[in-house]
Amino acid sequence: MTVGQICEKLGLKPLTGDIGMDREVKGVYICDLLSWVMAHAHEGDAWITIQTHTNIVAVATLLELSCIIIPENAEIEEDTIKKAIEEGIPIMASDNNAFMVAKNLISLGLGD
Amino acid sequence: MGTLSYEFSVEKDDFERAGEASSKIKKILMQLGMDSSIIRRVAIGAYEAEMNLVIHSLGGTIRIDIDPKSIVITAEDIGPGIEDIELAMKEGYSTATEKIREMGFGAGMGLPNMKKCSDVFEIESEVGKGTKIVMKMYLKDGD
Ligand SMILES: Nc1ncnc2c1ncn2[C@@H]1O[C@H](COP(=O)(O)OP(=O)(O)OP(=O)(O)O)[C@@H](O)[C@H]1O
Ligand SMILES: [Mg+2]
Repeated sequence: MTVGQICEKLGLKPLTGDIGMDREVKGVYICDLLSWVMAHAHEGDAWITIQTHTNIVAVATLLELSCIIIPENAEIEEDTIKKAIEEGIPIMASDNNAFMVAKNLISLGLGD
Repeated sequence: MGTLSYEFSVEKDDFERAGEASSKIKKILMQLGMDSSIIRRVAIGAYEAEMNLVIHSLGGTIRIDIDPKSIVITAEDIGPGIEDIELAMKEGYSTATEKIREMGFGAGMGLPNMKKCSDVFEIESEVGKGTKIVMKMYLKDGD
């Protein structure tokens, strides 16, 4: 499944335009502690986090995560969006909380 | 191939650029066509070392030396040093402030992560002088 398909099916708002919509989502990881993410997230994971500062882009780039999903429309810094576009990492926002986003991703078949 | 070396300076409290040195290191390894599993280990080690320089040190450098047999990452700073290294190495131990924790740092996992992704991990520190961390990763055939 691609980032674009997930956006469409879950009604996520892409904050980085068309960037990275064809990246493949291989799994999902939820955590807001960056060192924990560094240790445990896998390449291709969609990462759900309420952290919104620029360093999340560094984490996603280094681990080759497929995208970042910000739940509950948490406010995101302009610099983070800019950096994400530069690095080609798609960031999307959701009205739902992290649990509901995860539930919806499971219903799309992720995590099987 | 001989030894390729690169060095990056890392400023204290520079959250704006934090992660740039490790991203550059990762890109160098990708350009060299290295295997994704070794790139991942180097990226994790370099990132954790870089963030510790930004958050806990007065500033320092990250260096990478690549030869046909191994990759060595060296992080060195100018202080303040670590008083109890054994304690600092414990999973979950952190002196990060509330503000830093709100940003998602301070899980106390950085040093343990560095150790886990290295084949050889060395840390030396002197209070008032600084900290030096060396992470060595051996390359296998195919990396
Ligand atoms: N370069 C350094 N200079 C001085 N103190 C350091 C340095 N690196 C680590 N420390 C000390 O060791 C502790 C543990 O470091 P570690 O990287 O494991 O966790 P952390 O940085 O606090 O949290 P995390 O890495 O999970 O975000 C730090 O809280 C800090 O007190
Ligand atoms: Mg750390």
